[in-house]
Amino acid sequence: MKKILSIAIITFLIGMSGCKKDSDFLDIPPIQILPNDVAFSDPALVLSILGDLYNRQVDFSSLDNGWRSFADFSESFPSENGSYFLVQRNDWGYGEWGIDWAGTYTYIRELNLFLERIGASTALASAEKTRFTAEGRFLRANLYFEMVKRMGGVPLIKTSLQYDPVKNDPSSVQIPRAKESEVYDFVISEAEAIKNDLPADVNVKSRASKAATLAMESRAALYAASIAKYGVSTPQVALPGGEVGIPASMAAAYYTKALAASQEIINGNAGAYQIYNVLPDKSENFAAVFLDKSSVNQEAILIEDFKAAGAGRTHGYTTNDQPYSISDEGGDAGRLNPSLNLVESFEKLDNTFAPIPTKDAAANPIYYANPQDIFAGRDARLAGTVLLPNGLFKGKRVDIWAGYVLADGSVFTSDEAGQLKKLPGTTTDVQVVGKDGPVSIEFRAQSGFYIRKYLDPTVGSGRRGRGSDVAFIRYRYAEILLNAAEAAFELGQPGVAAGYMNQVRARAGLTTPLTAGDITFDRIVHERRVELAFEGHTLYDNKRWRIAHIIWDGTPTTLTDLISNIGTAKKRSTQPWGLWPYKVYNPTNPATNGKWIFREVLPSVVSGTNRFQLGNYYSFIDDNIRAANPKIVRQPNQ
Amino acid sequence: MKVISHYILLIAICASVASCKKDNYDAPESKLSGRIVYKGEPIGVENFQVPYELYQFGFGKVGAIGSSFGQDGSFSAKLFDGQYKLIIPNGQGPFKWKQTSAGDPDSVVINLHGSQTLDLDVTPYYMIRTPQLTAAGGKVSATFKIEKIVVDATAKPIENVVLYINKTQFVSGGDNIERAEIAGSAITDPNNVSLQVNIPATIPTQNYVFARIGLKIEGIEDRIFSPVQKNYFLIPSMCMLCN
Repeated sequence: MKKILSIAIITFLIGMSGCKKDSDFLDIPPIQILPNDVAFSDPALVLSILGDLYNRQVDFSSLDNGWRSFADFSESFPSENGSYFLVQRNDWGYGEWGIDWAGTYTYIRELNLFLERIGASTALASAEKTRFTAEGRFLRANLYFEMVKRMGGVPLIKTSLQYDPVKNDPSSVQIPRAKESEVYDFVISEAEAIKNDLPADVNVKSRASKAATLAMESRAALYAASIAKYGVSTPQVALPGGEVGIPASMAAAYYTKALAASQEIINGNAGAYQIYNVLPDKSENFAAVFLDKSSVNQEAILIEDFKAAGAGRTHGYTTNDQPYSISDEGGDAGRLNPSLNLVESFEKLDNTFAPIPTKDAAANPIYYANPQDIFAGRDARLAGTVLLPNGLFKGKRVDIWAGYVLADGSVFTSDEAGQLKKLPGTTTDVQVVGKDGPVSIEFRAQSGFYIRKYLDPTVGSGRRGRGSDVAFIRYRYAEILLNAAEAAFELGQPGVAAGYMNQVRARAGLTTPLTAGDITFDRIVHERRVELAFEGHTLYDNKRWRIAHIIWDGTPTTLTDLISNIGTAKKRSTQPWGLWPYKVYNPTNPATNGKWIFREVLPSVVSGTNRFQLGNYYSFIDDNIRAANPKIVRQPNQ
Repeated sequence: MKVISHYILLIAICASVASCKKDNYDAPESKLSGRIVYKGEPIGVENFQVPYELYQFGFGKVGAIGSSFGQDGSFSAKLFDGQYKLIIPNGQGPFKWKQTSAGDPDSVVINLHGSQTLDLDVTPYYMIRTPQLTAAGGKVSATFKIEKIVVDATAKPIENVVLYINKTQFVSGGDNIERAEIAGSAITDPNNVSLQVNIPATIPTQNYVFARIGLKIEGIEDRIFSPVQKNYFLIPSMCMLCN
């Protein structure tokens, strides 16, 4: 009896404790995830969400994308065993330079969700809400710009799509490709809509600002305009639905928009931006544009920032590309070697083009007392972009020379960089080739040059463990000036164009101003090539002018090709050449002994030629994507 | 010990017998092969540059089985029996491929039962007729006729004609050791065109080169080629090797 009673009591107690209301038991606020209404109630939390969205921006070349994103296109030679394919292939696949379709649309969806949630938020102050919304819209527009550059018109999705598994009807989320012009129109109209919601402050560089928005608009309108204008020369690169190709009639309107957006920045409406002109040495000054992150740098408009000290957000660009003999990380260096093709294109200070003089009129070698003398009197951007033989980095000189030339013209060298040998007729060992090459070994300057742009001179920046925190500049003021110059030129205002171009050129030491009559299409193309080298513009500029298939036509580049027609837009450049310095050893002739001569060399590894086919103008859309969404039409010529 | 090894042996035999089940399909057996031809005459193109696509419907996702023509215009594919549709994508090849009224490439229906040879009829813009390639005096000379096939409103002019030579049998704009070019505007008599190219020194030395002629049509990316010809020539210093 007693037993039954105690069982009954226990049962009763258990029953009581189990009788909690379901909602009390189940509705526990999660402790690991912030619900939307909480996350969008605090500006600091919204900023951290936005930080993730900023981090996922897409770049073609970028410092944390790997050095190889700066290579290729015969503007450089890749000095790494695993990357020789860049100069050994004969064409680019149609899928090259495409985007990760699924990943990018996931990103677009998250941007759309961000905008919808911030719109629904009630807890934020309206000023904060406006700025965050504008930033989200900027990121989305900039992403669509990155997509349209690569793929032409893409499905333009501006709200988060919801798939209903009950109806099981995928057609509601199968969106066809928009016209190429519609995507550009979207980018431009978004920029116009948000520009006044963002700070017009020159010191806002890593977040969207008014100037960044206008810079995006300027570049996008210019791209659309040139596709409209120059697309006429490649009528095959178009689709009947307009997904690829823009009618020529729209060119003038786009050029006008590009000029207006550029001028809004130039006139100071978006902040006090100006050309960086701080250091007395023009080349040092140009190199510093990409290194100086202080408020002195009023040229950078939008950057991808990095921070080494304590934060550990760094990149390996300097580790990968530093000179071998000065490397902070033994054996890790020297991958990106600018080509002679690019070096030749830097003009002389009198605004004329000429090959780097290696031979005189009688085809005899020219003797130079100092290895850098051959580059004297050139555009200061040359030494600011390229680390020349005997050039200075981190207080040391790079050791680039290919060997001795003997009296009979034969070469005495070694295939091992920096090796000691006995010169003919001597008994002491001397170094017979530079420690940085050029020899056909990876990480040495196989073209005779190293890269200087973005190379970080900070102590320790070349170590793998520390890395470099130089920022990548996405938009800068000099590009805006060149955009304005190009748009003005195309609109028949060459005088205005010359004025803008001269500002960029004066900073480079080219102080003789160009006149209106000097401005030609070739000049515009040339100026962008040398000013914006290794900043991710080469491919897209040549694509939008529809000259990519002419420059990279698959025919080997001969020495004659290399040294003729310098400064013309359609000059062939299918293989990266090098310039190798040699020291003369001729004790019987003191006039030449110890002097330097130079020879143009096609690095022995280069066996392929760049061939840009019409099908390369717009990157391949994967079969799986088109099978999943049959409304997506395929690219032309593929 | 003996017992254990017996067990191991037994298990091994069982496992190997059990795994010998037929677990997969046979490899495709039927071979589809052919050439691109104009009135029965094969058309030469650049190796790996002119693609074709085969589609088979009824298996869910639609995607192409793609490959490309060889430099003599031939193609081949090992396939399962069944119905396929073959297209040459727009903008590919130095010829016109049939199109639907919507501008998409028209398809050729292939019902494959066992191996089959299929020549694909196309309309080239030009044909290189009677090419004569000879090597003498350190040069390769070519004489040939150019016949204009497409003469209606869609006709296109010749951009240039190039004689290529190479050390190996693959000869094209990307694979050559020397080339000689004549612009389309410089051709006065299409029935009598000649080109000459110097044979450069080759390493290792060889007493033959491969040569062919490639014709570029304005606005068309791919060249049309004459057949590859192997040309022997004398190397003065190495005549003991000549035969």
